[in-house]
Amino acid sequence: MTKKRTLPTGAHFMSGDIACAEGAIAAGCRFFAGYPITPATEIAEHLSERMPEFGGIYIQMEDEIASIAAVLGASYAGLKAMTATSGPGFSLMQENIGLAVMTETPCVIVDIMRGGPSTGQPTLPGQQDVMQAKWGSHGDYGIIALAPSSVQEMFNLTIEAFNLSEIYRVPTLLMGDEIVAHMWEKVVIPSASEIRIVNRKKPHVSPSEYAPFMPEDDLVPPMACFGEGYRFHATGLTHDERGYPRTQNSEVQTRLVKRLCEKINKNADKIIRVEEVMLEDADVVVVAYGIVARAALSAVRKAREAGIKAGLLRLITLWPFPEKHVAKIAGQAKAIVVPEMNCGQIVREVERAAKETPVAFLSKLGEDPHTPQEILDVIRRCS
Amino acid sequence: MVQEVVHHFAKYLRSAMMPHIWCPGCGNGIVLNCFIHALDELQKDLDKLVVVSGIGCIGRTAGYTNADSFHTTHGRAIAFATGVKLANPELEVVVISGDGDLFAIGGNHFIHAARRNIGIKVICANNFNYGMTGGQQGPTTPLEASTTTTPYGNIEHPFNLVHLAAASGATYVARWTTLHVRRLTQSIKRMLQKEGFCFIEVVSPCPEIFGRRNKMRTGLEMMEWFRRASVVENFSDPSKAEISPEKIVVGEFVNTEKVSYERLLHEKIAQINEKAMGW
Repeated sequence: MTKKRTLPTGAHFMSGDIACAEGAIAAGCRFFAGYPITPATEIAEHLSERMPEFGGIYIQMEDEIASIAAVLGASYAGLKAMTATSGPGFSLMQENIGLAVMTETPCVIVDIMRGGPSTGQPTLPGQQDVMQAKWGSHGDYGIIALAPSSVQEMFNLTIEAFNLSEIYRVPTLLMGDEIVAHMWEKVVIPSASEIRIVNRKKPHVSPSEYAPFMPEDDLVPPMACFGEGYRFHATGLTHDERGYPRTQNSEVQTRLVKRLCEKINKNADKIIRVEEVMLEDADVVVVAYGIVARAALSAVRKAREAGIKAGLLRLITLWPFPEKHVAKIAGQAKAIVVPEMNCGQIVREVERAAKETPVAFLSKLGEDPHTPQEILDVIRRCS
Repeated sequence: MVQEVVHHFAKYLRSAMMPHIWCPGCGNGIVLNCFIHALDELQKDLDKLVVVSGIGCIGRTAGYTNADSFHTTHGRAIAFATGVKLANPELEVVVISGDGDLFAIGGNHFIHAARRNIGIKVICANNFNYGMTGGQQGPTTPLEASTTTTPYGNIEHPFNLVHLAAASGATYVARWTTLHVRRLTQSIKRMLQKEGFCFIEVVSPCPEIFGRRNKMRTGLEMMEWFRRASVVENFSDPSKAEISPEKIVVGEFVNTEKVSYERLLHEKIAQINEKAMGW
């Protein structure tokens, strides 16, 4: 990488972790706080070199709790901020992810999933944190989680994650896995002018009129930052639109928590992205995400060659869950196949949305993701 | 017509947040008062001040101060403040929190922020227990003290906060009690004019929750203990700065010059960019 304050526009051969780091810089991220953990460490290493070249801040904190706390502080001080971790660190971050939700702090958290629970399999892939992504912090809330399937998507979706977090003032999670993180592939980095960058809405009222948690029509409040003269208060306590604690008031709690959920749910159609492959006439549809979707695509192609009408619905957005897309394929397909590198997480959402349509689940734990043949065998049984 | 009298410090407080939650005899109001005096005497720009606190009674101070303020999760005030200070070093970032928040659940963040010498200013109201949750034993509870979770007397050794801060690398370390309002105010002023990580411990009365279980039923009785026992020993060895029924060693313990993390960081960034631009 050349030492220039420009994006490395052009084609590159790079790893998913490095692509994620470059995506962050391209998105305008200027603050990274993290703590070493396999298989996400290379994101931190790369940003320790690249951030200063863009005038940005890199700091290694004392743990993952501190990392996410510093990210929140930096975001409130006006910078786009990110941290990157894996399962154990993601668990440690959960309380402050809730704080980010409650204080509507734009930030990006990258979780490169490895095998769990606990220390598990540090160097091997997993998809075991996808329910934690939705429900990991206590309380009810809406959140956004994306699942990259390639090194190119580690770059693209990191930018997308920043944009979504800025638009909806919500922590946005990039749920990669050890393979997409460590795999090296071709990545095309566009020029800066070709990259869509979205920044948080700023207040358009005077400081005396500013209520930091007063939403607009999209349910998202404009955000002032520290030092801009608005002198506002933010708290993890249940608060009114002024940001003042109202811990004994059920009406305020209901209004706030419902809005935190609805600002994501009601905007779900704008947020959700999927990839649909050969779904038009599909009898058997594989619903997959992350690295597993690559094997699923191969299996679907082999099935077509064998005369089975198979299709793939690849979930790029995991949360909010693409319910309508699943419901639509459930209406036309005879069966749905869900391969996951866990004991059954996203499959539960698929079953809920599929209603009467049978759903076959294919679990895989340990070293490798599913082979195309393993998925193909299930497609055959379902066809 | 009665003319409305506005206190000359009203501008430093969020009046809409009042009344405050603190008990009669609590020292937190004195800590806030001294902080405001220091801000006023220094004519600090409130638009460039960020007050961060954690969880606990004193944690409400952030909300009461009419500056940008953030009330974090339990123990994470310093880590949050680190992000603020690095992202915008022009801001004056002050953490005001309690002994349990800063030294039990948040202890790791304290020692590492001090080690890095990040330019955040920390004021700890030490009331020897977890007041907000009803008076449990904490990291500064004296040996043999009675709390709701040490009904037979505390058997854990307490932290000596000024020794811990000095050993961790803080550039300014002081301890006062809420009795020492003028010295505390001067100390806060001095701290706000320094570079790097600074720490002031304020020994603070908690008669309703801690005192009444330990033969000091009122704020006055606790303040009488501070008056009887306090000894000013400026620049004495902080490792020997005891807090006991007989003696409370107060004073300034450390006041050194050391380049802050954020200055080193931004100088480094400038150097790298000079090189990068000339590539």
